[in-house]
Amino acid sequence: MLELLGHLHYWVFAILLMTGFYALIAKHNLIKKLLGLAIFQSAVFLLYITMAEIEGGTAPIIQNGVADQIYSNPLPQVLILTAIVVGISTTALGLAIVVRIREAYDSIEDNEIRRMDRRS
Amino acid sequence: MSPAMALWVPLAGAVLIALAGRWPNLRETVTLVTTLTLVVVVAAVGIDVWEGARPYAHFAQPFPGIAIAFAVEPLGMLFAGIASLLWIVNSIYSIGYMRGNQEKHQTRFYVCFAVSIAGAMGIAFSANLFTLFLFYEVLTLATYPLVAHKGDADTIASARVYLGILLTTSIGLLLPAIIWVYVTVGTVDFVPGGVLAADPSFVPRGILEGTIEGPALGLLLALFVFGVGKAAVMPVHRWLPAAMVAPTPVSALLHAVAVVKAGVFTLLKVIVYIFGIDYLFEQHTADWLLWIAAFTILAASIVALRQTNLKRMLAYSTVSQLSYVVLAAAVLKPLSEVGAAVHMVSHAFGKITLFFAAGAIYVASKKTELAQLAGIGRRMPWTMAAFTVGGLTMIGVPPTGGFVSKWYILAGAFQSDNYLAIFTVILSTALNAAYFLPVVYAAWLLPEGEAPKQDHGEAPWPMVLALTTTAALSVLFFFFNAPVLELEYRVVEPWPGVVP
Amino acid sequence: MTLEHHLPALQVVVPLLTAPLVAVLRPKDLAWAAATAASAMAFAISVTLTSMVLDGSVLRYEMGGWPAPYGIELVIDSLSALVLLLVTGSSTVALLMGRDSVARDMEPHRQPLFYAAWLTAMAGLAGIAVTGDAFNVFVFMEISSLATYVLIAGGTDRRALTSVFKYLIMGTVGATFYLIGVGFIYMMTGTLNFADMEARIADAPTRAPLLVAAGFITVGLALKAAVFPLHVWLPNAYAYAPHVVTAFIAASSTKVALYVLLRFDFLVFQGNLDGHAIQFADFMLPLAVAGVLFGSAVALYETNLKRLLGYSSIAQIGYMILGASLLDQAGVTAGVLHMFNHALAKGALFLALVLMARRLAGFDLLQIAGIGRRMPWTTAAFLLAAASLIGIPGTAGFVSKWYLVSAAFAQGAVGIALVVVIVASSLMALAYLWRVLEPAYFGTPLETEGNDAPTPLWPLLVLWVAALANVYFGLFPQLPVTLANQAAGALLGIPATGVFP
Repeated sequence: MLELLGHLHYWVFAILLMTGFYALIAKHNLIKKLLGLAIFQSAVFLLYITMAEIEGGTAPIIQNGVADQIYSNPLPQVLILTAIVVGISTTALGLAIVVRIREAYDSIEDNEIRRMDRRS
Repeated sequence: MSPAMALWVPLAGAVLIALAGRWPNLRETVTLVTTLTLVVVVAAVGIDVWEGARPYAHFAQPFPGIAIAFAVEPLGMLFAGIASLLWIVNSIYSIGYMRGNQEKHQTRFYVCFAVSIAGAMGIAFSANLFTLFLFYEVLTLATYPLVAHKGDADTIASARVYLGILLTTSIGLLLPAIIWVYVTVGTVDFVPGGVLAADPSFVPRGILEGTIEGPALGLLLALFVFGVGKAAVMPVHRWLPAAMVAPTPVSALLHAVAVVKAGVFTLLKVIVYIFGIDYLFEQHTADWLLWIAAFTILAASIVALRQTNLKRMLAYSTVSQLSYVVLAAAVLKPLSEVGAAVHMVSHAFGKITLFFAAGAIYVASKKTELAQLAGIGRRMPWTMAAFTVGGLTMIGVPPTGGFVSKWYILAGAFQSDNYLAIFTVILSTALNAAYFLPVVYAAWLLPEGEAPKQDHGEAPWPMVLALTTTAALSVLFFFFNAPVLELEYRVVEPWPGVVP
Repeated sequence: MTLEHHLPALQVVVPLLTAPLVAVLRPKDLAWAAATAASAMAFAISVTLTSMVLDGSVLRYEMGGWPAPYGIELVIDSLSALVLLLVTGSSTVALLMGRDSVARDMEPHRQPLFYAAWLTAMAGLAGIAVTGDAFNVFVFMEISSLATYVLIAGGTDRRALTSVFKYLIMGTVGATFYLIGVGFIYMMTGTLNFADMEARIADAPTRAPLLVAAGFITVGLALKAAVFPLHVWLPNAYAYAPHVVTAFIAASSTKVALYVLLRFDFLVFQGNLDGHAIQFADFMLPLAVAGVLFGSAVALYETNLKRLLGYSSIAQIGYMILGASLLDQAGVTAGVLHMFNHALAKGALFLALVLMARRLAGFDLLQIAGIGRRMPWTTAAFLLAAASLIGIPGTAGFVSKWYLVSAAFAQGAVGIALVVVIVASSLMALAYLWRVLEPAYFGTPLETEGNDAPTPLWPLLVLWVAALANVYFGLFPQLPVTLANQAAGALLGIPATGVFP
């Protein structure tokens, strides 16, 4: 039990990841698919950020007079800052495409769109 | 003379013909000048070979150990010689045929023809299997527009069969076979290193000797025999009757000489230079080739017997005659290999004459069926005389070239007491007589059935000139075959050797 | 520090900095000219870099002067040089002949943005090829993907939008999978540098997370590379993208994903996870064979020419994976070589379609009837590239088939089966291209379209350069073979053997 709880952040990661993955596969609404994608990516952000945590660690800022301080690893946080930017761009672009799809098809339900494509 | 010129001359000719396309007389002049130039080039190379040299030309090096290169040896020299010589005759004939028939797309026709000849030269002079394969495919692709020349639905369907079988067999079977050889011995040169070939006393042993054995050897041979679809060994012969939708000059030069001879030539070279006849003889897994060749000879003759269309009958006769070469090669004795080479020549002269005659009959009278030919000998005596000579050479009656090659094939078969080969040759001679003699008989001796719609005599003179020339060549080859024999003996005996 | 020393960085920086500039250039032709010039410059840099690594050396460049593994390191070896040539070369050729096509399909004010997106996509793809840092690959991958989505969405058919949405979802999932894998490796090794990872994985206390990482990375990149059965985004994305864009991405983007896949599976994992080599072969080889057969078989029945070529790409990607999963020098050489040769053939085919689109209402096989007579030169170039795709001797496609079949023969009984698969698929390629060429040459044109304006000379020349490249590299394949051979040696960790004479 304790071991499972000790890996709590992995559980959160896995559950979020699968929630997002489920949404982007199972939902017909294109916006909901994009939301799923965003959740899916957020799970990965969480994975990176939690891995940087070191027990008793603090923000990695060097101060005069403080020695032997344990710092959290700053690199994953920097990485994930970049990944968040990428994620936002992806979502923004996806939403823009959904707007164009709605203009072209007058619908954002992918089963309806597929039906329209098949008819044409 | 560099053998590379034999490639460049027809290719340059093709470009010039395309440029001169708007002026038919200029275009035909270019064609004739190209054919003459090519014969001079081939003759010059031939003199070098005769004197014991092995001219070499290097083009590119696409793979380690494999060059695109020419290395001329007696077999290839012979093939190049016939193809280039008959191209002149055929061009004269084509001019008469294409103009007499008022065919469309004549420029495309002459361009593709020149490219096809370039492909045939490439096959003849290739230094290794790779170069041979390259030009083999060039020949396939360049002849496709010629077969599909008419462009109607039937023609396209036949042309699809043509291209489909030839490309499928070559990519599906021949290419893996070549790569198998490469992986096994690390080279695909016909003569290892290409250096030994310069030594006139060298007799090829086969580069595979002592590597692949037993059933694997038989399998590899099968990949080659059926991969070289152009040799038309049954059951990959279907493309040849399909190709008969082409204009007759195409059937005459390409599907009686250049393309089909490229097929049997490839097999001959593979058997002599890649496998080695002695090695293949020791390994009994190759015996099936004899049976399949014998079967093809007899089956194709029987099919020819049942044909009602003249060109289709000639096509099946070709299938049968090609397998003579394969059969002779499969006897695996020195004399029979010489016989195979000689048969390539005698069949070429004979069959091109027959096709020329068929085309002349079509241009003059629009007749294509055997039943319509009764009494036509009196209207077209020169044409039917040539046809008779061609028929006799197919049967192998002296004094025609066909007799010479059958003599050597039989001699080779007796060398190894190969009664299957002997029996097949004798039986097929009877069958050949059974389908050629009735045509000759009807043409000369039967009265004309119904009068033709238009009174006609001989076809245009260039055609008559061409077909009498090749008929004469057929007869002359009976008397003056010594140079060819002497040259081809060098493939199997140390040179200078004993010439019978 | 000479300029030459900075070339690896400039390879990415030049297009990346030109992109925003192009976006604000108002006259659309000026935007086109600037984009083409930047692309040509990037191509020139690639050629120079290639000439520098042709002797087997590896160029290393420390970004900002920080030494690896602390800073980001750019690494150019034979494999990256080959991929760079493909990316910048196909981009340049497509841009050179694409101006008219883009002008026809797009409003003038959108064109500068289109060219800016194009340069960004190219910069991203080139970035993936030059960097030696796993996270950097992710960033460049997303830069190029986002830009590519924009490019594809520029297609005139509204189905371009739905197909790009599908591509966006699947592409992002693939990239995120990759990110997860990199995260796990970072957890175990504390580094993001490829070379450093390779060294440190051996010291990892436990294997399980690394195997998980290998799984995520392989699947994620296979999605990006459209490896069967993760290919579903590809045919529609190719079919409805603007024709010029199809020519560019068909020649470059899947190859770049494949490049990262090879890097990771061979360099990072192979020497360390014993059994992973076997896993790669056992897992990828069946997929490759299935992909080769599936792609060719579907192409046999596809009626839209662009989708047909898309399915053909799935089969061809199968060849590349097949070669690589033989796991020996000959096989990996063949796989890498086919990346190059397939790009030549497929690029030229799609470029021919760019010109044909001037005359055709669409690319249904019924609609292309008779195009051979209406556009003889364009169709002839198409024919040449098709011959290369089939693998007719004398063309580039034949060279890689030759290497592939030779490599398969060396594998014994399995090898014979693979030869049968390769040969069968080549014959299917012959058949499906025949379904295109026969109506093109012999079909009767539909009467609806009347646009018979002559084809402009300049794009036709560019097309013929691309088509003739297939013949040139079929007869003189020294350059790609040398690069592929060295790349295979580097990937397998053995010094290159059998260097081209």
